[in-house]
Amino acid sequence: MAKLNLNRVDMPRQDPKVRAHNFDEVALGYSPEQAKEEATRCIQCPKRPCIAGCPVDIDIPEFIKAMSAGDLPEAARVLKDRNALPAICGRVCPQETQCEATCSIGKKGAPIAIGRLERFVADWERDNMPADSQSVTLPPPTGKRVAVVGSGPAGLSAAAEVARLGHDVTVFEALHVAGGVLMYGIPEFRLPKAIVQAEVEYVSSLGVKIELDSVVGKMMTTDELLNEEGYDAVFLGTGAGLPMFMNVPGENLNGVYSANEFLTRVNLMKAYLFPQYDTPVSVGKRVAVIGGGNVAMDSARCALRLGADKVYIIYRRSEEEMPARREEAENAQEEGIEFKLLTNPKQFLGNDQNWVVGMECYQMELGEPDDSGRRRPVVKEGSEFNIDVDVVIVALGTTPNPLIAATTPGLDTTRWGTVVVTDEATGRTVKDRVWAGGDIVTGAATVISAMGAGKRAAADIDAFLRG
Amino acid sequence: MYKILQKQDLVPHVHLFKIDAPRVAQKVQPGQFIVLRIDEEGERIPLTVAGWDREEGSVTVVVMEVGTTTHRLGMLSTGDTITDFVGPLGVPTHIDNYGTVVCVAGGFAIAVIRPIARALKAAGNRVISIMGARSKDLLFWEEELRQASSELIINTDDGSYGRHGLVTEPLKELLEQGGIDRVIAIGPSIMMKFCAKTSEPFGVNTGVSLNPIMVDGTGMCGCCRVSVNGVTKFACVDGPDFDGHQVDWDLLLARQRSYLDEEKLSFDQWRAKHGV
Ligand SMILES: Cc1cc2nc3c(=O)[nH]c(=O)nc-3n(C[C@H](O)[C@H](O)[C@H](O)COP(=O)(O)OP(=O)(O)OC[C@H]3O[C@@H](n4cnc5c(N)ncnc54)[C@H](O)[C@@H]3O)c2cc1C
Ligand SMILES: Cc1cc2nc3c(=O)[nH]c(=O)nc-3n(C[C@H](O)[C@H](O)[C@H](O)COP(=O)(O)OP(=O)(O)OC[C@H]3O[C@@H](n4cnc5c(N)ncnc54)[C@H](O)[C@@H]3O)c2cc1C
Ligand code: FES
Repeated sequence: MAKLNLNRVDMPRQDPKVRAHNFDEVALGYSPEQAKEEATRCIQCPKRPCIAGCPVDIDIPEFIKAMSAGDLPEAARVLKDRNALPAICGRVCPQETQCEATCSIGKKGAPIAIGRLERFVADWERDNMPADSQSVTLPPPTGKRVAVVGSGPAGLSAAAEVARLGHDVTVFEALHVAGGVLMYGIPEFRLPKAIVQAEVEYVSSLGVKIELDSVVGKMMTTDELLNEEGYDAVFLGTGAGLPMFMNVPGENLNGVYSANEFLTRVNLMKAYLFPQYDTPVSVGKRVAVIGGGNVAMDSARCALRLGADKVYIIYRRSEEEMPARREEAENAQEEGIEFKLLTNPKQFLGNDQNWVVGMECYQMELGEPDDSGRRRPVVKEGSEFNIDVDVVIVALGTTPNPLIAATTPGLDTTRWGTVVVTDEATGRTVKDRVWAGGDIVTGAATVISAMGAGKRAAADIDAFLRG
Repeated sequence: MYKILQKQDLVPHVHLFKIDAPRVAQKVQPGQFIVLRIDEEGERIPLTVAGWDREEGSVTVVVMEVGTTTHRLGMLSTGDTITDFVGPLGVPTHIDNYGTVVCVAGGFAIAVIRPIARALKAAGNRVISIMGARSKDLLFWEEELRQASSELIINTDDGSYGRHGLVTEPLKELLEQGGIDRVIAIGPSIMMKFCAKTSEPFGVNTGVSLNPIMVDGTGMCGCCRVSVNGVTKFACVDGPDFDGHQVDWDLLLARQRSYLDEEKLSFDQWRAKHGV
């Protein structure tokens, strides 16, 4: 056996000083040689613990083996067998807490860079394999019709699976493009929109119809889809799109955004190309982003790229408790974003034009652990201090938009507004012929967990439709 | 793609568009709005519905030119298409038999108050409509609004037609005479603010249709935050109708001015390009 190589191959990235001023992708991906070198680090251990770490059970050792053997079409086939959106997952999945966390080599050195390899194979396939060679043969139509509400990862994967099983699928999407958070939330420099649209086209190529500009609950209700429009089943994948605010004074000042609004303007409406694209966004010279998750990092890095001189991340706990992916927090710091930890806003300060000009903050300290097991941040009395800012982005999380629950009698919801499913393995709700999955069920989570939920529900919908 | 079935210039800088949108037409109610986008590079803008034909599958909006998007719309013609037309959005205006209702409309809102006045009248109300504009040449739909109402009062700021003065004057007189059970005011924010201020001392409930800047119009961004009775609301899903006596008008007016510099830049560039 070859000697164990404990160091992973670095993936080239844009220089921090350069990338802080553009929206091009930060991580550049492996070259074919680098990919092969990294793939050959895999020792093909018999236990294959990485598979258990993958929420959709990709046969990871198998695709890596094909890569080492130089058989990229086979690697792509193995990946796509389990994951319809590998180019996306390879970029945004938190591999460090999933497949890579359980990698055998990880016990001694750096785990295999599974995410980077996945990305490489998916990109190679998109560039090198003509679309028709990827086309799947669909089974004969069953004559059953399924409506999917929402076109985020949950909805897209549910739609793709249901269509591949021979059912007629229509996706209803409220926005003017399909993709959900992948389009409006995650920025271009982390997930190029052309990649998301290529995946959407793949789903369409399976015969799935996508109706944009269609707000279910307003244009038609779930019950109308089932009872008047002739759908046999409905899958709800509407995500968790309602932004939370802090309810502190000054939150409605001009220049105070929810992360959803800021990111939607920048990513979905392409405000970074204003005025060619006509939707504006306030750039700001000094920007404070409140929160410590991926959404906060994305907002901060967008603000920097739009031209802010100074961008702060304001987080009430310490770096250790930050929910953002470590890699993204590091990227942000490298680019020059300053983390103000153990800090929490008390109020936002405005001028006579209602524009935010500053923020009064508390210093925090960590107390006893709370329900989440993390130490609870508590206010240090008398620690107030001011920061000058002209744009604030509140990235404190989101909950499901109440529209679907309010217009779908018979659904069960929790006090956080999430929809209750009777069994996670099927995604069935308590309402007859209605399934749900993704962030609408779990609250804000991950792309891969939403996809997994969509796939599981699709299998159960199929079983139901076949009686 | 949504087709413009009919474009009509009502008065200078105010245009009517009848759009082919069967799904929206099926569901829309008075007081709701739509969000449209002209093309890939365009902004999403909200417009209140001015009419619909469920059989034909069409929805009518009336647009006043103020900036880039509304001017770009003004250059479109019958037969052209726009990429997006989403709706119906927002909560419909609450229609009930209140007794006597005064409907006040300023500028382009003459068009959007018509379906509301008509529904109120059909619900058994005596509807007194007041329509106002800066001058005679900006007034439209006099006959249409007269038919939708029990009585019609016309005002122009410069006295070139109807009564001379602001719409708040006849409103105040009616309130002083008594017997008014409800006021509904739609138009520019400043006009709605002063209608609400006028009716407040009389304790007559006054509904207004707020028009903060919006992006999605579905409750996803919070751009449309307004403060009503000290509580933050998302106008696109909690409204756009609110109790005018409880609205923080100064906040609304200030937030509407969030992008003045950017809007000017965009409009100047558009004008330069089109030699307007
Ligand atoms: C800024 C940001 C960064 C993130 N970064 C990562 C990351 O790096 N890695 C990761 O794994 N996860 C990340 N996430 C989380 C991840 O994106 C979500 O968990 C995932 O997108 C959830 O998928 P979903 O399909 O359930 O919902 P969504 O992606 O939210 O899609 C829901 C769709 O439904 C539509 N919809 C809503 N209501 C209606 C209605 N009434 N009618 C019709 N359509 C409707 C919405 O417009 C939307 O398109 C991030 C999230 C954000 C916001
Ligand atoms: C619920 C609602 C209903 C409306 N109904 C009508 C209607 O029936 N007819 C009509 O002519 N106008 C209506 N408006 C106003 C209309 O949306 C704005 O005039 C339009 O967006 C201006 O765009 P612009 O690019 O031409 O001008 P800009 O130069 O971009 O803006 C001019 C002013 O319009 C407002 N505005 C700008 N962008 C938006 C936006 N995305 N959303 C809301 N306001 C914005 C701002 O206060 C701004 O200062 C409505 C607004 C709302 C919120
Ligand atoms: S416009 Fe986005 S929440 Fe109202």
